[in-house]
Amino acid sequence: MKRRQFIQKSTAATVLASVGGLSLQSFSSTKTKKITILHTNDVHSHIDPFGPEDGRNANKGGVARRASLVESIRAENPNTLLLDAGDIFQGTPYFNYYGGELEFKLMSMLKYDVATIGNHDFDNGIDGLYAQIPHADFEFVSANYDFTNTVMDTHVKPYKILVKDGIKIGIFGLGVELEGLVGKDMYKETVYLDPIEKAQDMSRILREDEGCDLVICLSHLGYEYKNAPQKVSDISLAKATKDIDLIIGGHTHTFLPKPTVETNSVGKSVLVNQVGCFGLYLGRVDFYFEPGRKVKSDGASIIV
Amino acid sequence: MSIKHLLNLCVLLLIFSCASSEISKIEGKRLDIDATLKTDQAIDDFIKPYRLHINKDMDSVISYAPETYSKTDGKFNTAIGNFMADAVYAEGNPVFKKQTQKDLDFVLLNYGGIRSIISKGNITTRTAYGVMPFENSVVVAGLKGTQIMEMTEYLSRGKRAHPISKQLQLTLDENGKVKSATIHGAPIDENKTYYVATNDYLYDGGDGMTFFHPNEGLYVLNYKIRNILIDHFKKYDTINPKRDQRFIKL
Repeated sequence: MKRRQFIQKSTAATVLASVGGLSLQSFSSTKTKKITILHTNDVHSHIDPFGPEDGRNANKGGVARRASLVESIRAENPNTLLLDAGDIFQGTPYFNYYGGELEFKLMSMLKYDVATIGNHDFDNGIDGLYAQIPHADFEFVSANYDFTNTVMDTHVKPYKILVKDGIKIGIFGLGVELEGLVGKDMYKETVYLDPIEKAQDMSRILREDEGCDLVICLSHLGYEYKNAPQKVSDISLAKATKDIDLIIGGHTHTFLPKPTVETNSVGKSVLVNQVGCFGLYLGRVDFYFEPGRKVKSDGASIIV
Repeated sequence: MSIKHLLNLCVLLLIFSCASSEISKIEGKRLDIDATLKTDQAIDDFIKPYRLHINKDMDSVISYAPETYSKTDGKFNTAIGNFMADAVYAEGNPVFKKQTQKDLDFVLLNYGGIRSIISKGNITTRTAYGVMPFENSVVVAGLKGTQIMEMTEYLSRGKRAHPISKQLQLTLDENGKVKSATIHGAPIDENKTYYVATNDYLYDGGDGMTFFHPNEGLYVLNYKIRNILIDHFKKYDTINPKRDQRFIKL
C-alpha cells in the first residue's frame, strides 16, 4: 500500500508539473489541519459531581461541567470528535432507576460521536442495553462482538468513518471477553472474537480500503495486565498491530496523566490513552495534518 | 496531449490532491473536570427532575441503625451478614411458598456481596443501594444433602464470614474441619432435598460456589436482594443485627 500511495503521489506531482499553472487551489490547500479527539471511559453513570464530603474525589467530575469544557474546545476547533470507550452504565442510582436512559440522553446532548460497549453495559442484560438505544444519538462500534443472533444485531457496527475538514477518520471498537465477567443470560448469544485479529482486519480495511488518514481504536480491553501478560490489553494490542494511530482504552480504570507512546509491529508510534473513570477527567489528543505532503521519515512529532 | 487527456489528468490530480494527509504532530493531555469549570445550565436543568426524584426516594428514612455494622466485624459470622441472610429468608420465604407450597431451608450469600457498611444512624434507601448496588436477584436451588455437605466444605475452606441464615448451624473444629452441621437442628440427610436461597450470581458459580450444580430444580423469585433489604428495613423502626453462634470455629 505504501508503494501504491507513493506512486500515486509521484504521478500527481508529474501531472502538476506538466499542467503547469492550472489552478486547483481549492483542492491542494497547504494549510495545516487540526483534528481534536476528546474522550471518556468508564463514566459508570456518574452524572452529578462527587459531593464535598467524598473521601477521594470531592467536588470532581460532573456531566454539566464536562459539557461546558467540550463546548469551549469545540468553539476553538470545530473539527473535534467526542468518543467514549464503554462502561457507560452502572455505578449510581441513576442507572438503577432509569436503566441508562439519562446517560444516553446526556451523551446525545453533549454530541458524542461514537462509543464502544463495556462489560457493565450488559448489566441489565442485552435487552436492557437494546431498550436504551433509542435514546442514543451517537453510534456504537464493536468489531469483536458478533451480535448477529441478538437483539443488538444491526445496532452496532464494526467501525464508523467520519470526515472532518477533509480528514477521513476511521474508528473501530473492541470489547473485553464476556465469559466469566458477565452472566451468560445477560450477554446471551453475543459472540466474542479475537481482538488482535479483528484489530488487524479493521486497521487494514480502514487504512487501505477506506483510505483513512486517522485510525482510532475504542477499546474496553483494559490498559495492561502485568500479572497476566497473555491477556489481551491495549498495550499488547498496540505492539501487535499496525496502522492504528490512537487506542482509547477503558475497563481497568487506569488514570494515565498523559498518553503512553508505544511502538507497533512495524516500528511506528501509537498512542494509548485512558482517563481513569467516573468522568473525573476528559482526555484530549490533537492531531495536526500536512495535506498532500509526506512528512519526514521519522514520522510525526509527539508532544505528550 | 489532447484535451481529453488533460481533463483525465486533471481528474486524477483532483483525486490525488484530496487524498491522504499525513500526521505531522500529535499533542495529548488530560483535562480535569472540577469546580473551576462552568456548569452547563441546560444540561443541569435537564438532569434536575431525575435528580430530585431519586434524592426524594433515596433520602427517605426507612429505619435506624443503633451501631455501625461492617462485614469485617467477625471471622466466621458478622452482625451485618447475619442480618442480610436472615432478611432474605424472612422476605423470600413467603414468595417461595406461594410459588411452590414449600418452605426455604436456609440462605447462603457471599462475603464479597456486602458492598458497604451500615452506618450508625438513620437508614435510608441509599443505605440499601450502598450495601447492595448490584441488580442481583434471589433464586432458590433444590440441593441434595450431598451438595450441602460440599457447601459446608467450601465454607470451612473459605474461612470467611459468608452470610448464612440462622437455620444452618455450622461448627468447625480447631483444625478448621467441619465438626457439625445442622439444618433446623437436624443433621444433614444426604438423600433429602433442601431448598437453599442465594443470588443468581452465586448460583451461576460466582465466588467459586460450584455446589449449586447439579440440582433438583431452580426457582426464580424475581426479587432483587436490594429490594429485600429495603422491604426488610421498612418493617423495623430500629434494626437489631447480632453476631451469634451460627458459624463458628472452636
